[in-house]
Amino acid sequence: MSDHDDDDVIIETLALPLDGWHRARGGRMVEFAGYWMPVQYEGIMAEHLWTRESAGLFDVSHMGQLSITSDEAATDVVAALEALMPADIAGLARNRARYSLLLDAGGGILDDLMLTRPALADGESERVYMVVNSATKYDDVAHMIEHLPDAITINLMEDHALLALQGPKAVDALARLVPGVEAMVFMQAGGFAWQGHDLWISRSGYTGEDGFEISVPAEAAEALADALVAQPEVKPIGLGARDSLRLEAGLPLYGHDLTPETTPVMADLGFALFKRRREQGGFPGAERILAERASGPVSKRVGLLVEGRQPVREGASVVDAEGSEVGRVTSGGFAPSVGAPIAMAYVPAAMAVPGTRIQLAQRGKVHAATVTAMPFVPHRYFRGA
Amino acid sequence: MSRYFTEDHEWIDVDGDVGTVGISDYAQGQLGDIVFVDVPEEGKQLAKGDEAAVVESVKAASDVYSPVSGTVIEGNPALTDDPSLVNSDPEAEGWFFKLSLKDAGELDGLMDEAAYEAFVAKL
Repeated sequence: MSDHDDDDVIIETLALPLDGWHRARGGRMVEFAGYWMPVQYEGIMAEHLWTRESAGLFDVSHMGQLSITSDEAATDVVAALEALMPADIAGLARNRARYSLLLDAGGGILDDLMLTRPALADGESERVYMVVNSATKYDDVAHMIEHLPDAITINLMEDHALLALQGPKAVDALARLVPGVEAMVFMQAGGFAWQGHDLWISRSGYTGEDGFEISVPAEAAEALADALVAQPEVKPIGLGARDSLRLEAGLPLYGHDLTPETTPVMADLGFALFKRRREQGGFPGAERILAERASGPVSKRVGLLVEGRQPVREGASVVDAEGSEVGRVTSGGFAPSVGAPIAMAYVPAAMAVPGTRIQLAQRGKVHAATVTAMPFVPHRYFRGA
Repeated sequence: MSRYFTEDHEWIDVDGDVGTVGISDYAQGQLGDIVFVDVPEEGKQLAKGDEAAVVESVKAASDVYSPVSGTVIEGNPALTDDPSLVNSDPEAEGWFFKLSLKDAGELDGLMDEAAYEAFVAKL
């Protein structure tokens, strides 16, 4: 037997702050985006289901954490960043997080990201904290350095680890260690302290569940991870379950469901195009994106429920009645909480209506599927008591 | 009855001219949770090394090759309803297919249990 996927060429695989911690706990380490990362511990299925019913601890230290500031108060960091993405950053309250997209001049997606405007410390004129994807972080920084005014400094916080604690019991476990986090709502963030270490915590995540993302100084990462998995609700979870959880939550994965070939409208991320920005324009690719928004995209990202038991994965074709390729599956797999295979695909606009029955071709076999509204599993974000 | 292994982690039990094929315990452990198995139909002619079956875990799809040439007698019907048998009992109840051997001489190139254990230990 052999895998269908070819391995990427490995140049130099780096170890992250929790590398030894994962190995000591039986994590199966694989090369991912240039780092050794745990793909699973006890098994993807069990880890996935545990996260949905309790709480899972994910190490996402491979992602890029950026602190963006200005050396001179006169340089408007917010306006400069708004020129690169369609978010309303000026209208974002302090300690609130927002999802956005780094766009190229043609409106293609260079990366998707989360940004926050932290409450300012004494002497700070502005600061934006941003989390970007691992495989794109160096390109993102290069892109921003090229397009932002010289007075703006981008600090890639490689001295910090990033942990995600996700699941309905995440709040119980974390509040025991860091009292006060329970008062935050979805997409709220704040600075906290734990055993003398500064933590930056946001109530957000990539699983569709309630949960938190915790930025922690690298030297405190092992101790915090230990303290978290010592809570009865918490088990360590690998990247495998992270992928199946986000797929069920309908959340796109950069480099797969989002690429420079896709625009926010094609990707069905219209919510990331804020009203003020739509009215004023001034973000990359605005002309194309606004036209696409008005008249509809040629193709669109949709969710698919696949019939039968066999997963249909990235790279499979969406075919018409004659067998010609009209679209492409960009993510797919078996969904543990759904109990069936699901997928995301780009399909022609006429096929993008929920309920449309379509055909997928994979390795010489045709699979029936139905276009369905996402998420596949309802989101359970905490929006307030 | 004798059991042989391939370097691609299939096993074959041979009883007379009938072989039963599956994947090794090592292989199922590497694949993780098995969610789907596609086994060959009765009557299918397989040459040694042909893609005979597909096994899908949560993460990936993998081909299972026929260790020898022959004609498929049956695919394991139990795997349709419970593909996780490949995880729980890979080298017995989780068998993939049975075939009638065309040339028992092809078994000579395969590993016995001890040789396979030594092979896996080096991976």
